[in-house]
Amino acid sequence: MPHIYCTGCGNGTVINCTLNAVNQMGWEPEDTVFISGIGCSSRAPGYIVTDSLHTTHGRAIPFATGVKLSRPDLHVVVFTGDGDMAAIGGNHFIHACRRNIDLTVVCMNNYIYGMTGGQGSPCTPLGAISTTTPYGCHEAPFDLASLAVAAGANYVSRWTSYHVKELTRAVQAGLETPGFSLVEALVQCPTGYGRRNKLRDAHSMILWMRDHAVLMKKWKQMEAEGRPLPADKFPVGEFVRRNRPAMGVPEE
Amino acid sequence: MTRLEFWQGNTACAEGALAAGCRFFGGYPITPSTEVAEHMARRLPKVGGVFVQMEDELASIASVIGASWTGKRSMTATSGPGFSLMMENLGYAIMTETPCVVVNVQRGGPSTGQPTRASQGDMMQCRFGSHGDIAVIAVSPGSVQEMYELTAKAFNLSDRYRVPTFVMTDEIIAHMRERIEVPDAVEIVERRPLEKGALPFAAGEDGVPGFPTFGQGYGVHVTGLTHDERGYPSSTDPEVHDRLVRRLVGKVEGARREMADYEVTNPDAEVVFVSYGSPGRSVKQAVRDMDDERVGSLRLRVVWPFPDFALQEFTNARVFLVPELNLGQIAREVASHTAVPVVPVPELGGELHTPARLAKTAEEYL
Ligand SMILES: Cc1ncc(C[n+]2csc(CCOP(=O)(O)OP(=O)(O)O)c2C)c(N)n1
Ligand code: SF4
Repeated sequence: MPHIYCTGCGNGTVINCTLNAVNQMGWEPEDTVFISGIGCSSRAPGYIVTDSLHTTHGRAIPFATGVKLSRPDLHVVVFTGDGDMAAIGGNHFIHACRRNIDLTVVCMNNYIYGMTGGQGSPCTPLGAISTTTPYGCHEAPFDLASLAVAAGANYVSRWTSYHVKELTRAVQAGLETPGFSLVEALVQCPTGYGRRNKLRDAHSMILWMRDHAVLMKKWKQMEAEGRPLPADKFPVGEFVRRNRPAMGVPEE
Repeated sequence: MTRLEFWQGNTACAEGALAAGCRFFGGYPITPSTEVAEHMARRLPKVGGVFVQMEDELASIASVIGASWTGKRSMTATSGPGFSLMMENLGYAIMTETPCVVVNVQRGGPSTGQPTRASQGDMMQCRFGSHGDIAVIAVSPGSVQEMYELTAKAFNLSDRYRVPTFVMTDEIIAHMRERIEVPDAVEIVERRPLEKGALPFAAGEDGVPGFPTFGQGYGVHVTGLTHDERGYPSSTDPEVHDRLVRRLVGKVEGARREMADYEVTNPDAEVVFVSYGSPGRSVKQAVRDMDDERVGSLRLRVVWPFPDFALQEFTNARVFLVPELNLGQIAREVASHTAVPVVPVPELGGELHTPARLAKTAEEYL
């Protein structure tokens, strides 16, 4: 199938995991709608044969809110990127978490603006090189998963494109949970991020993610023991699963 | 059978929308449009519809477009600052041919300007405000009665041509109370569904494709990128882009006559007022007071697409006087369609032209 992704891009893996999770749910294609904003990650719906809206930069979630509120019986899945969701779309994101609207949002976080050629995003790590942080990023990044928890989402987890099985299960858990679900998927972008940050090819970036991801249980244990949490490592796993009042949930 | 009410313009607007079958409203409060949202918040849940207050106007129009793809008649209401925020997604609605109705209760700008005073300063922003070559539909009510009728009509036009349709009203019409005759039912012209098996963005002779409602098995991909007739991005082929943009503009501009809706008084007049919205009320009074068949009036109920041919009905016209609550936005449009001199008659600050001032201006040209 012709697509726009670079060789070694991690987005394809996340799309596969998401589609596998959707298949597990046994949903009819005609009852499932994919919605996205703008970015490499947001091109995903164009490769899926269901009704889909490829919208404007940052606005996928409010478009999805309109679809879901007027047809709660439809299953609505949003694909977005770290720039799309957390920069230009940050306000929509936190309000959707607050409303706890029944959507599943899969955010492909590649630390960078991929589509426009590798500029810094709100998720670019401190010190990382991008075309707009040529001397190293000096803004502290967002922790998207924690942000979603604080803002009220019912289900939040983070995995990476290395953790294919876990990621698939997490998306499925998100699809099953009524209310707002965020699955943050860290992905390699060899073109925009890796090659400027000593992770030249996809393989080395996948290994980097494997080696820097710490399972949630271990992370919490370290926290409890007061052991210093390494700055370049990050927790993966389930951040929250709860039952706050939600919107747009279909009536049984 | 009709029933009589004494309604505020914004109430009539909301009720006209409901009568037309509007079942989704996404909005954000802003003076002087807020009463539309408040009325919809009360009424929509009672008729099986959805009201949602979004976090801003970017989100409001996005939610409206999303809801429209599920087949619901959808609307929002705002004023200048919010209207500016909606421009990008309005372009998306134009590119994706999404029916939706946007009410702009105009107030004095630029910027936050005069929140509580009337203006017609957004007439050109409505027409050209979103980027790229575009065409849209705009109606402009001159009374509370017309707020009801033209809002209902806006839904029909938007569904018929699959283009955002604007109710370009102003603070005066929106906040005044008038007697209104509410009909039992309004005419409803629904969007034409896409024939199963047909390409989703292939249009017939009228330039308007059938609508593939979400959730009915069409499997349609909708994108704001330049797309082919299947709906898939094709953003580098000059021919695909040329064909698409010409069709999007042509389907609206080509239907000027079909859509035209205006009122002519004294077609043999030499001095002719051209107006729309609240200034039309002062014109009506001025023409009546002058009682001189050399003074006539053209009042537009549909402003965009502009009915240029209506100017030709005034075969004796020596001058067109265009009173507006702006510095001459539609006066420019009038001038671009006639060789007869055109004189803008601006009024800024929120007060309506007095009939006496208009009569005095007309006399200068008699
Ligand atoms: C309003 C607006 N501003 C800027 C852009 C340009 N733009 C396109 S994609 C993009 C960033 C994409 O980054 P991200 O969301 O992280 O997705 P990625 O491409 O990395 O998957 C930007 C800034 C745009 N399309 N619209
Ligand atoms: S630029 Fe990065 S995110 Fe975009 S397709 Fe290439 S590798 Fe993937």
